[in-house]
Amino acid sequence: MATAMKQRPAETDLIQSKENQQQNMVLHVKNLEIFYGEKRAVNGISMDIEKNSVTALIGPSGCGKSTFLRSINRMNDLIPGARAEGEIIYDDLNILSEQINVVALRKEIGMVFQKPNPFPKSIYDNITHALKFAGIRKKSKLDEIVEESLQKAALWEEVKDRLHKSALSLSGGQQQRLCIARTIAMKPTVMLLDEPSSALDPISNAKVEDLIVELKKDYSIIIVTHNMQQASRISDKTAFFLSGDLIEYDITDTIFTNPSVKKTEEYISGRFG
Amino acid sequence: MNTKTADRIATGVFYCIALIIIAILVSLFYYILVNGLKNISLDFLTTPSSNVRAGGGIRDQLFNSLYVLVITMVIAVPLGLGGGIYMAEYAKPGKITDTIRSCIEVLASLPSIVIGMFGLLMFVNLTGWGYTILGGALALTVFNLPVIVRVSEDAIRSVPRELKEASLALGITHWHTIKTVILPSAFPTILTGIILASGRVFGEAAALLFTAGLSTPRLDYANWNPFSATSPLNIFRPAETLAVHIWAVNTQGLIPDVEEVSSGAAAVLVLSVLIFNLLARWIGSLIHRKITATK
Repeated sequence: MATAMKQRPAETDLIQSKENQQQNMVLHVKNLEIFYGEKRAVNGISMDIEKNSVTALIGPSGCGKSTFLRSINRMNDLIPGARAEGEIIYDDLNILSEQINVVALRKEIGMVFQKPNPFPKSIYDNITHALKFAGIRKKSKLDEIVEESLQKAALWEEVKDRLHKSALSLSGGQQQRLCIARTIAMKPTVMLLDEPSSALDPISNAKVEDLIVELKKDYSIIIVTHNMQQASRISDKTAFFLSGDLIEYDITDTIFTNPSVKKTEEYISGRFG
Repeated sequence: MNTKTADRIATGVFYCIALIIIAILVSLFYYILVNGLKNISLDFLTTPSSNVRAGGGIRDQLFNSLYVLVITMVIAVPLGLGGGIYMAEYAKPGKITDTIRSCIEVLASLPSIVIGMFGLLMFVNLTGWGYTILGGALALTVFNLPVIVRVSEDAIRSVPRELKEASLALGITHWHTIKTVILPSAFPTILTGIILASGRVFGEAAALLFTAGLSTPRLDYANWNPFSATSPLNIFRPAETLAVHIWAVNTQGLIPDVEEVSSGAAAVLVLSVLIFNLLARWIGSLIHRKITATK
């Protein structure tokens, strides 16, 4: 059933579905180029990211996929000499524009990093840190959001008795789910995940994957991963990057079973990368 | 076999070096304390010093040392920390930043007597204050600022980048991230730097000779009005600190018990630095545990 739905629309439906697609998109990337100083890391890519789905970015190390991901919530601003050209349209605004309020943007487009990076504070404070900054002071409201986001991140049962213990006392997998919970608490629209489970053991990895599939009901998720199985298990669409170019972008099943570019097939079957 | 021997020799050498360091430290402490402790009594700590007669104490000098330390830190810590935050978080790499950095390094390597002469010119003559606690504290600030800036900058830089990114990615401003994530993480290292700087302030004599002066007016410890001339809290009075006192009695003292007073004062100085360190570390770890929620 699921695969039937994912199949490509018939010719006659194409125009109709194109219109639908426009509305179902959360991000439009147009001719995006990213430079580190003189070096170009992303060579003019264009793609649309679907709402409430999981989009996987795959490709060998240094292919520009993480650079692309980090440009979506302007984390590259922190890197001296990094600059981006082209457009990423979110909510009718170009994210890359100088006038964008980066702080407000990052509330809408949250990010979870490769290495679990909880703050060296209590579990509770990890989640309330950003909420308090956003102006929520009421204890009852904070308690409510903490529980809700930990529930959503499937961590509540494990930590509900130790909310005021240090987050660093959690296991790596729990820390990563806490980082996801902390992002969820801000109620973003888009969640960017940069290899979120590459530092985790297989069991924690499975939990994080289940969580991602669960989360796409409420969020649009873009995930960078080096793990082909992971991309095929959890994503709806997959984009293959190679040396800064977007080689192929299609429905995940198609990419993995019948890619149209030879390079994609070679990469997926492990012939390089 | 060869590498194994080399490894053993290296281990031995480093053990020896550690032993030498410990031996120097222990013998120094032993010498100061054995000679000094027998001269310390409640009387010694609570009577003012005498210029001519035997049996003078170090009450005022001890208080002055602590008070100068507090005033110096009140000025130097905010400035130094601010400088460190600027250098680590805001300064863009380039010529200006490089110039600031080399200025800080030059400042850090100035001999303290030179800073004392500068203080005499600036804070004593130019301001017309004469010898004052504030002048001394400002001279010591010049002396300690580079250290605190450097330590804060390094401490802030060594906070993992992931933590900063995590906070920024949650839609938190740069300044709030510095305040609530970076500074708490850097706090233990910054505290260590401040404690080391405090030790230098406590033991400094040369920079104070011509700024805070060699005398202390008659003080009335019941007088807490900081504007009164006899109040110990008045920052516009001259103040001889412990370290200066030790130097003064040894070089120009007329009292017959120079030996006793200076060795007693030296022991008090060393013990005060020790107590101050332990206290600051203890309070620091309490604060750190509170913010990081660790046991």
